[in-house]
Amino acid sequence: MDQETANKLVVEALQKKQKTKSKFYFSDLQDILGMKPREAKKYVNKMVEMGILEFWSSGSTTMYGLKGTGKQAAAEHED
Amino acid sequence: MAKHQTPLLDQLESGPWPSFVSDLKQEAEARAKNERNIEYQIPQDVVEDLMGVLELSYKDGTTHWKHGGIVGVFGYGGGVIGRYCDQPEQFPGVAHFHTMRVNQPAGKFYTTKYLKELCDLWEFRGSGLTNMHGSTGDIIFLGTTTPQLEEIFYELTHKHNQDLGGSGSNLRTPSDCIGQARCEYACYDTQALCHYLTNEYQDELHRPAFPYKFKFKFDGCPNCCVASIARADLSFVGTWRDEIQIDQEAVKAYVAGEFPPNAGAHAGRDWGPFDIQKEVIDRCPTGCMRYEDGKLEINNRECTRCMHCINVMPRALKPGKDRGCSILAGAKAPILDGAQMGSLLVPFIKVEEPYDEIKEVIEAIWDWWMEEGKNRERLGELMKRQGFQKLLEVTNIKPVPQHVQEPRTNPYIFWKEEEVPGGFERDIKEFRKHHQR
Repeated sequence: MDQETANKLVVEALQKKQKTKSKFYFSDLQDILGMKPREAKKYVNKMVEMGILEFWSSGSTTMYGLKGTGKQAAAEHED
Repeated sequence: MAKHQTPLLDQLESGPWPSFVSDLKQEAEARAKNERNIEYQIPQDVVEDLMGVLELSYKDGTTHWKHGGIVGVFGYGGGVIGRYCDQPEQFPGVAHFHTMRVNQPAGKFYTTKYLKELCDLWEFRGSGLTNMHGSTGDIIFLGTTTPQLEEIFYELTHKHNQDLGGSGSNLRTPSDCIGQARCEYACYDTQALCHYLTNEYQDELHRPAFPYKFKFKFDGCPNCCVASIARADLSFVGTWRDEIQIDQEAVKAYVAGEFPPNAGAHAGRDWGPFDIQKEVIDRCPTGCMRYEDGKLEINNRECTRCMHCINVMPRALKPGKDRGCSILAGAKAPILDGAQMGSLLVPFIKVEEPYDEIKEVIEAIWDWWMEEGKNRERLGELMKRQGFQKLLEVTNIKPVPQHVQEPRTNPYIFWKEEEVPGGFERDIKEFRKHHQR
């Protein structure tokens, strides 16, 4: 799979769920991509690097979201 | 006068121990005076607002911090933890109060100059408050604002040759004991292994893709000074596989009272003359020692490496010469399922560069856990859910009695069909010839 196809797959899948969910576990992304974890990680890292995805961290758990989406991002932009 | 009245916090200073409240007040005062004319990059009264919000939390009986956040430095998913206050108008100094984790040097060796430089950077760009080597082991910078994060990261990496540590669902900052640098008990070079694996697994440290946190900790001997066995998903505990080295003359000298036992520790009161029977032989958990006719004997096959005799008589006893480490898996603090100690996975492994055998074990475990682990499931919980036998399978390690808890009283062995010659299928007619229905 090339990066572009992966980006499209992930963005479409996350946008679909946007109404109910803005943060996703790595395993959700892995399922969307249908890959083994290590392989999926390469694509996901690239998406973070490209600014498509961003990390959210509670300190103990890390999740991923589409950049600029979600309650937290909204709170950030209020400042 | 203080910006906020804090009667509940003040009460914490009345106990017998040094209080963090006193430290906070000291830092608040120093920032207010600013005798070194620092151009503070975040609010000067940040510490006073921190005390204010904590006082309010005590009063309300609830936290005023929001849960997590989207902050970090470019390309890193760990090392920065977003902290936002839900009372920013009342306490503007801590509206953003992000934590940064700094990867401590192996063995926590650093010069005062290095420490001073880090503190200067943090006074300038952060709150000035730190948490040194708490349960994570790393250096924690408490409280800064979003725009400062990249600046601090740049200075740390470019000026101080220093990286951020781990947080979130990734490999946490590996942590080790002081090791062979200062300790004669260390059975392998903990600092070398800790440093090597930190560099080797940079991607796992900085780019989170694990189901949850994962910790390595390295102890040079079974005294376990970094408590790896209690809190690391993979703990590396130094050990030996030959015989404890005995200097019989030194044993006699201890018995004669020429050397203080325990290297002089616990000497605050008079315990009476040293009694080797009572203090060493009877304390051996496996009862594998005896002292007769001025000679100490150890049945090394029975020794569980508890270190007690060595700790009591360090001039007479030393770990054996064939040294390496044991690898234990699955320890964790409570949250789900309660606290768990590590389970012995590799009884003995040599710790030698390039550490290929150790890496094989680590990577096999990661592959299994990344594939099978549920979200927020620690390795120890996965081991419980799928069984220790599964862990042995994925790491390709042959079961040995050391893997079984109480092997002498627990003879239960679960065989799989492929492990039994001829399998489980039997010729029923042949069976009936010898066994009636």
